Amino acid sequence: MKIVTLSKSNLLPFLEASRSFGELHAPLKRGEKSCAFAQVEDVADIQVGCLRTILPPKKYFMPPEQTMFAFSTDGYAPVNEEAGKRYVLFGLHPCDIHGIKILDLVFSGAYTDPYYFERRKHVAIIGLDCIPDQLCFCNSMGTYFTEDGFDLFLSDIGDRYMVMVGTSLGDDMINASHHLFGEVDERAKEEFKRRSNARREHFAVEVETWGLPEIFDLEYESRLWKEAGEKCLSCGACSMVCPTCYCYDVLDLLELNAQQGVRKRRWDSCLFKDYALVAGGHNFRKERSSRVKNRFFHKQRGFVAEYGRPACTGCGRCIEACPADINIIELITKLRSEAHV
Amino acid sequence: MSDHLPKDNPYQPHLARIVRILPQIPDHRLFQLRFEDDEVARNFKHRPGQFVELSVLGTGEAPISISSSPTRPGVLELCVRKVGRVTEALFRLPVDSLIGIRGPYGNGYPVQEMEGHNLLLVAGGLGMAPLRSLLWYAMDNRSKFQDIILMYGARVPGDMLFKYELLGLLDQPDITCLLTVDRDDTGRWPAHIGVVPKLFDKVTLDPKTTIAAVCGPPVMYKFVLQKLLERNFSKDHILMSLERKMKCGVGKCGHCAIGYKYTCLDGPIFTYWDVINLPEVV
Ligand SMILES: Cc1cc2nc3c(=O)[nH]c(=O)nc-3n(C[C@H](O)[C@H](O)[C@H](O)COP(=O)(O)OP(=O)(O)OC[C@H]3O[C@@H](n4cnc5c(N)ncnc54)[C@H](O)[C@@H]3O)c2cc1C
Ligand code: SF4
Ligand code: SF4
Ligand code: FES
Repeated sequence: MKIVTLSKSNLLPFLEASRSFGELHAPLKRGEKSCAFAQVEDVADIQVGCLRTILPPKKYFMPPEQTMFAFSTDGYAPVNEEAGKRYVLFGLHPCDIHGIKILDLVFSGAYTDPYYFERRKHVAIIGLDCIPDQLCFCNSMGTYFTEDGFDLFLSDIGDRYMVMVGTSLGDDMINASHHLFGEVDERAKEEFKRRSNARREHFAVEVETWGLPEIFDLEYESRLWKEAGEKCLSCGACSMVCPTCYCYDVLDLLELNAQQGVRKRRWDSCLFKDYALVAGGHNFRKERSSRVKNRFFHKQRGFVAEYGRPACTGCGRCIEACPADINIIELITKLRSEAHV
Repeated sequence: MSDHLPKDNPYQPHLARIVRILPQIPDHRLFQLRFEDDEVARNFKHRPGQFVELSVLGTGEAPISISSSPTRPGVLELCVRKVGRVTEALFRLPVDSLIGIRGPYGNGYPVQEMEGHNLLLVAGGLGMAPLRSLLWYAMDNRSKFQDIILMYGARVPGDMLFKYELLGLLDQPDITCLLTVDRDDTGRWPAHIGVVPKLFDKVTLDPKTTIAAVCGPPVMYKFVLQKLLERNFSKDHILMSLERKMKCGVGKCGHCAIGYKYTCLDGPIFTYWDVINLPEVV
């Protein structure tokens, strides 16, 4: 991989220049302590130190609501809402990049989702490393580092960034501002290694993930699910903020003339009561406990069977968002200890 | 705007015309459809047990099993029960109306692997809709299968789907057709009376050479499975069809997940062995 350096004072000028590759979006301040990915007016507003945005970057690839077709009596014409529109997304941490890689798996395959990949190919990703807080468990989920899934990736090495160039688009972005970048020297290499090791010390939690699928099978009837179900409010916040939750609902909206309209899809959540409700009134997951269980089971067990890896990046967003204090780290830890008594 | 999206959009409904509507029993109709586009019609190849996503303009989509056999191409037949928004809108459409169809989806029956075996088809109620595709596929490829036995039950004669077609099989030599009703309110019913599991007393079955395909309401599964297991059928010689809420039909929207399988991709046909290992099956 091509690697260069970027001095910290050159970061904002570089981001300013990157606008020629698309509309610049990055974490901006929202509340007291929260940030969200949004369009950047002034690069000085970018929250370079932001750890966990409220919503993950999935909203750029799989927007909360999206038109799929316009229909009329002539049939269904596919709609490409943002045809050709380009974005530069700055500030994605490794777990978020892994989140996108997981969505890539879901939306590719025998039935490739053209809406997702149409947006995917028009977004340039500039990753940035981070220091974990007490809710991060990406070290346990294997998403702490990423070697791909970005165009450029910046790692903090003191007064500079080490910049990994992941794609030819990333290379073009650097070449377009080549005077801002420097060579990798010995000092940069040493600092990179030192910091990489030091970052690992920051994790407050460790979740053991070996054998988790088996443990989920063994503990399928655990009372822990019932307890979680009693607390859960079925609000769906956990799945909205999750970088890997991809469930959607489809709805047709008819215009007043009843001759034409649009077919849309929008984020859905398996925590919602009517998610598995079929015609005639039978609900395959009537109990809240079965819905909470389904979410975790699918991520740590079902997804592994289907795609060979869990659908969780350890980003901690669901823990932060849950009004009922349902905590995936705690649940996994308890399930594991139950399986071993 | 649309020209930027690739042409092979898996969600693209293709226009199909309703060429005939055959009322079956109350609230159930058989729709005969023909694709408007010849190329779409030519490329549409299905396996018995697969389903399509049917769109009615402005109301949405619903998954419906294909009732016709691929051995009889040209028209696509769907047997639909009126239960909700999409199906009610479909029932309001006259012949010649256009609807949207995409598919076929799902795994369907493993017809190649079933060749050379005896076939036992067991249906209850609307379960006959997907099994009809398999029935006619097997009858049209008669030499590839050993004995064919059909067991199908309805509550009363007036509730039996495809009744005249199936009654026509009663005296055919190359199939054992066992039709039953829970009770005969007409006094003219020519076949059996009683629930489907009772039909097992009428036949001898060799579990080693027979594959059973079962499709029907949950209550029927319970007793039919019991009969099959009593007769020593191995769990992977019993094929079941599972139902789940569906939206995309292609493994993206998440709705049809059962445990670690997607009903739309990995199913809707599962062996009994698959099923007992999946949590929340019913
Ligand atoms: C693999 C498969 C094959 C099927 N084959 C047939 C068939 O041959 N004939 C037939 O009449 N019915 C069949 N069904 C059931 C049929 O899909 C539902 O009755 C239908 O979706 C109800 O749609 P609705 O809009 O009228 O009802 P509503 O209650 O308004 O449902 C709204 C939406 O929810 C979803 N949904 C609701 N119920 C079901 C359900 N039971 N299964 C899947 N999705 C559902 C659909 O997307 C539907 O459009 C099949 C279901 C599956 C999963
Ligand atoms: S399940 Fe929770 S911790 Fe895991 S990726 Fe989703 S939001 Fe992050
Ligand atoms: S955020 Fe918490 S309360 Fe809301 S649905 Fe998820 S687990 Fe339940
Ligand atoms: S119907 Fe969408 S995943 Fe199966």
